[in-house]
Amino acid sequence: MKLQGNVWRFGKDVDTDLIIPARYLNTSDPEELAKHCMEDADPQFVNKMQEGDIIVADKNFGCGSSREHAPIAIKAAGVSCVIAKSFARIFYRNAINIGFPIFECPAAAAAIAEGDKVEVDAASGVIKNLTKGEEYQAAPFPEFMQVLIAKGGLVNYVKEKVKKNA
Amino acid sequence: MNLAEKILAAHAGKKQVKPGELISAKVDAVLANDITAPVAIKEFEKIGVEKVFDKERVILVPDHFTPNKDIKSAEQSKAVREFARKHELTNYFEVGRMGIEHVLLPEQGLALPGDVIIGADSHTCTYGALGAFATGVGSTDLAAAMALGETWFKVPESMKFVYKGQMNKWMGGKDLILYTIGDIGVDGALYRAMEFTGDAIENLSLDGRLTMSNMAIEAGGKCGLIAPDQKTIAYVEKRAKRPFKAYMSDADAKYIEVREYDVSKMEPQVAFPHLPENTRGVSEAGHVQIDQVVIGSCTNGRMEDLRIAAEILQGKKVHPYVRVIVFPGTQEIYRQAMREGLMDIFVEAQAAVSTPTCGPCLGGHMGILAAGERAVATTNRNFVGRMGHPESEVYLAGPAVAAASAIAGRIVAPEEVL
Repeated sequence: MKLQGNVWRFGKDVDTDLIIPARYLNTSDPEELAKHCMEDADPQFVNKMQEGDIIVADKNFGCGSSREHAPIAIKAAGVSCVIAKSFARIFYRNAINIGFPIFECPAAAAAIAEGDKVEVDAASGVIKNLTKGEEYQAAPFPEFMQVLIAKGGLVNYVKEKVKKNA
Repeated sequence: MNLAEKILAAHAGKKQVKPGELISAKVDAVLANDITAPVAIKEFEKIGVEKVFDKERVILVPDHFTPNKDIKSAEQSKAVREFARKHELTNYFEVGRMGIEHVLLPEQGLALPGDVIIGADSHTCTYGALGAFATGVGSTDLAAAMALGETWFKVPESMKFVYKGQMNKWMGGKDLILYTIGDIGVDGALYRAMEFTGDAIENLSLDGRLTMSNMAIEAGGKCGLIAPDQKTIAYVEKRAKRPFKAYMSDADAKYIEVREYDVSKMEPQVAFPHLPENTRGVSEAGHVQIDQVVIGSCTNGRMEDLRIAAEILQGKKVHPYVRVIVFPGTQEIYRQAMREGLMDIFVEAQAAVSTPTCGPCLGGHMGILAAGERAVATTNRNFVGRMGHPESEVYLAGPAVAAASAIAGRIVAPEEVL
């Protein structure tokens, strides 16, 4: 799967309250959550971005709360993937669990600028910066994560496991 | 092995585990609240099992937007309530019987030494103070564990923190953990287990230890462990309804990093906006005028916290320009505070006292800030917009600095108002 889009840049320690403020957590409807994605970091983000665009951030993206609403909001807003120098632990797990692609890549996080056009090969983790003509390699997912991703998330994996045990 | 590794090995049915190893571990309890449970329930129903793995070990605590702040929140709580009734969950805690989840579970003996607990709430790491491997997960992970009674973990590297010396009278667990986060940063323990040790930890009350472990996540930590001692056993013995096991790190246990602090050289800490790592000693706070003070939450809503706040507020009045809201952590703490006369002290000082709720801590309800307003809070996060308007500010502190600041109308050390 190839993901392609224009880049929106964010800084370090982007927390889950910036991704989806708690005042909107009285619903878990993805479409509702998507309307407020990144609102407190950039109130115009969801209006400016196009389907398929990519978020690139510095270290510790998604720190703070365990709210799965955070990757749900980003995914439902139409962002195709997030590339960061590093991810907070719970956000990382949540993204994989709901089948949302994320890539840990310090080189890409350092080099990619806002507005760059980027193409990501989800399988190999190769990130191409089409604007700058550069290429970066994301850290590979641990084997178990690859299984989860291939199955489309944790629920599908558990479903199969439950069936096998039955 | 160290404490984290021993607990994980025991729950994975292994003699030994090593950092980086991927394991499947049995869970002793799983937990969700009124925000995360509705998503977990939806995912659980997709899995296609009839029952939860154990109706006594799936714990649901609607505490975030309760008593419900609006119709949508009421619908979310209703979905949680209906699920609890359908599955005959014995540990569902309704308004009037509930508390803030991470204050409630230890108090009710539902989190015990040696446990593995996952909760769809990032502050699940609180139970590390009892010597439990407890960590936050998302709703889908929780759904899977509700069905299977197990979850997968990557065995984390462990970081050891040694606290030595005697603290200043007005310091507590909050100051130690804020200082630590200030030292290592909000991702200083990312993917790692934190283990808190040393004579200053031994001297700390259980309430103070729970405060420290609560904020391990604020340094990116997977958990914040404290080895059980006599104090821990005395605390859990009278509460536990099932057997538990106290684990200790071996003398030759391995740590990726060891840090030592002399607590006698520290002063009460304040974390400035907008990250918990922006800490400084209260004497270096400068002139910061405030509009609101929040005392409570899963971080500092326990008896010791209320006693400290009351000691400072007794016989005094809150500054005319400041609103103070006190949130006891549970119904039991609420009653104990009444018995001890603390509620009288708060109300006499012109503070508002609320029923237990996470409300203002995450900008949900019961004390939202307007643009430009500043709050001193004994809560755990001071992110942009955390307590309301994105242009408001939250300063994190312990109950002593919070209460003193309420009287002064600006951030001050307790000595300034006594």
